[in-house]
Amino acid sequence: MIIMLGNAFFIALREIRRNLTRAFLTVLGVIIGVSAVVTMVTLGDGTTQAVKNQISDLGSNLMMVRPGSGFGPRARTAGVPNFTEADVDAIRDQVAGVAAIAPVRKASLSTIYLQAARNTQITGSTEDYFSINKWTLSAGRFFSESESRTGQAVAVIGDTVKTELFGSEDPLGQKIRVGQASLQVIGVLKAKGQAGMGDQDDTIVVPLTTMQRRLGGRTSGRDISEISISAEEGYDSDTLISDISSLLRQRRNLQSNQDDDFNVFDTRQIAETLSSSTELMTMLLSAVAAVSLLVGGIGIMNIMLVSVTERTREIGIRLAIGATAKEVLWQFLVEALTLSCVGGIVGIGLAFAFCSLLAPLIQIPFAFNAQINLIAFFFSALVGIVFGFAPARRASRLDPIDALRHE
Amino acid sequence: MKNLEPVLIELKDLTKTYGNGDAAFQALKGIDLKIAKGEFVSIMGPSGSGKSTLMNLLGCLDRPTSGSYLYDGIAVENLDSVQLSLLRRFALGFIFQGFNLLARTSAIENVELPLLYRGIKRAKRKEMARDALAQVGLHDKERNTPAELSGGQQQRVAIARAIVTNPSTLFADEPTGNLDTETTGEIMDLLTRLNDDRGITILMVTHEDDVAAYAKRTVRVIDGLVYTDSIHSELTAL
Ligand SMILES: Nc1ncnc2c1ncn2[C@@H]1O[C@H](COP(=O)(O)OP(=O)(O)OP(=O)(O)O)[C@@H](O)[C@H]1O
Ligand SMILES: [Mg+2]
Repeated sequence: MIIMLGNAFFIALREIRRNLTRAFLTVLGVIIGVSAVVTMVTLGDGTTQAVKNQISDLGSNLMMVRPGSGFGPRARTAGVPNFTEADVDAIRDQVAGVAAIAPVRKASLSTIYLQAARNTQITGSTEDYFSINKWTLSAGRFFSESESRTGQAVAVIGDTVKTELFGSEDPLGQKIRVGQASLQVIGVLKAKGQAGMGDQDDTIVVPLTTMQRRLGGRTSGRDISEISISAEEGYDSDTLISDISSLLRQRRNLQSNQDDDFNVFDTRQIAETLSSSTELMTMLLSAVAAVSLLVGGIGIMNIMLVSVTERTREIGIRLAIGATAKEVLWQFLVEALTLSCVGGIVGIGLAFAFCSLLAPLIQIPFAFNAQINLIAFFFSALVGIVFGFAPARRASRLDPIDALRHE
Repeated sequence: MKNLEPVLIELKDLTKTYGNGDAAFQALKGIDLKIAKGEFVSIMGPSGSGKSTLMNLLGCLDRPTSGSYLYDGIAVENLDSVQLSLLRRFALGFIFQGFNLLARTSAIENVELPLLYRGIKRAKRKEMARDALAQVGLHDKERNTPAELSGGQQQRVAIARAIVTNPSTLFADEPTGNLDTETTGEIMDLLTRLNDDRGITILMVTHEDDVAAYAKRTVRVIDGLVYTDSIHSELTAL
């Protein structure tokens, strides 16, 4: 038995070496199938993971109010009036279940420190903005209620801004030029990381009053482009949303036959929108992967079927000079297994290389999924073995002379 | 004379029918034949008379439709496929009418093949294969694949592969069919030596009288039946 297996290995390897093209094409089929599936699924997993991280960063009780109708890619905001600070006060005073609320005004302005300059998203808000949006500090402090009210020239910068403008220098206490104003850096936000929505850390937060007086050149009282709200723990978000909506409708003088010209949404809705788009992407990726697996399988099948005649004659010759059917089958099994394993390992290696290259590029975590590696590996191996082995099994059952006569 | 040697092969009313139903064709119609150990028999007959069919049955490559075949006292028709393989491996050598060499495989690896299944070690295997190739005059072509050999050279590789195991019985289906007279002479001398010195029983199909003359007995097959069976005069004269 041992001798027989050793022999099977020897003959199988010799037969592979002798037909390198055939071996290469078979292996290629396995490689295509395995690497495609593993790459697609790994990237899909990574994207889902990235979206999940992003959502949990938002917190569970965050709400946002924006002007315009619709949310996400279908939002229409053109020509829709913004909110006023009075709207914010009204919600704070009249709606039950609001734990904290902060008006938000945004502008993209040039930011300069010594020689370094860049455009940055500036957020003007109140001190509550930080807690509502779950920002924490890596250095310094947030601005205080009095600094906010009196519009001091202070700024809290995001991690990206810190590295881009200051490099390794300590930014605390330094003055940066934002638009026309000079602001003192009093705090640095802890990095939240990349997200599908863009770099969250490329931000500077200043008091709303500061922004209105020193940066923006206030044009009207309607300058609040977004309202951030955190709901009280355990408070029903649907009730809260409808309460806020009816208050705002009234304040914006909407008739009962008019649609809302603003939007109130919570993290759950954001999560649903995001995950429905990643689900779609995962489905597309899986479809592509399945096709690749099929293409790889058909490639293997083709090679095996094309060589059936030659291989049947080979089996006839081996049987005629005294090989037993079992010995011939072991040879073919070893051949098919060797090719499948080589292809599978190379395929997984290739997928690994692809993923570790692509994952940072599209900014998702690289999650190694052992299960899909195994599934892809075994599927391809199975195709290789079935199509390599089945014809051999049939041929080895023939009388040698019939195998030799095969055409 | 030949009765002094024990009987090696005994065929009784052996038939072979190809296909079935309307397409059935009886290639062998009842062959009775006895061959003693150490004989050198040539089988002659017109094309399509059933010579190759008979050789395939004798070489255990195919199964008869009816009749009995005793090889060295073993009822071959009762053997299963594993036993037939082992019989071919250890006792029989076969030279095919169409060579049947492994493609893209060097001459020496083709000749080595039967030794591989006998479990012979690498060094010994190489040595035996070289020796066999030298006997058929191909020592300088051992690395050539069948595609790089002439028809006659391929035939000689096939002969080397059949004799490398030193079989008890050698079946040769037109072993000199593709050879010129000179090489034919060399190969026939080789077969005669194998028969004389090593006592290998040889059955050989041929169309040529001067090739058949190397054998000590000629069986004529016509239309699936043994027509004449004659022991050559030189032998009877002894
Ligand atoms: N596999 C087969 N199926 C059907 N008929 C066959 C088969 N093999 C041989 N025959 C028929 O059997 C008969 C004997 O064939 P065989 O090959 O034994 O002839 P042969 O005597 O060896 O001829 P040649 O001298 O041409 O080699 C022929 O009529 C042939 O057509
Ligand atoms: Mg013939």
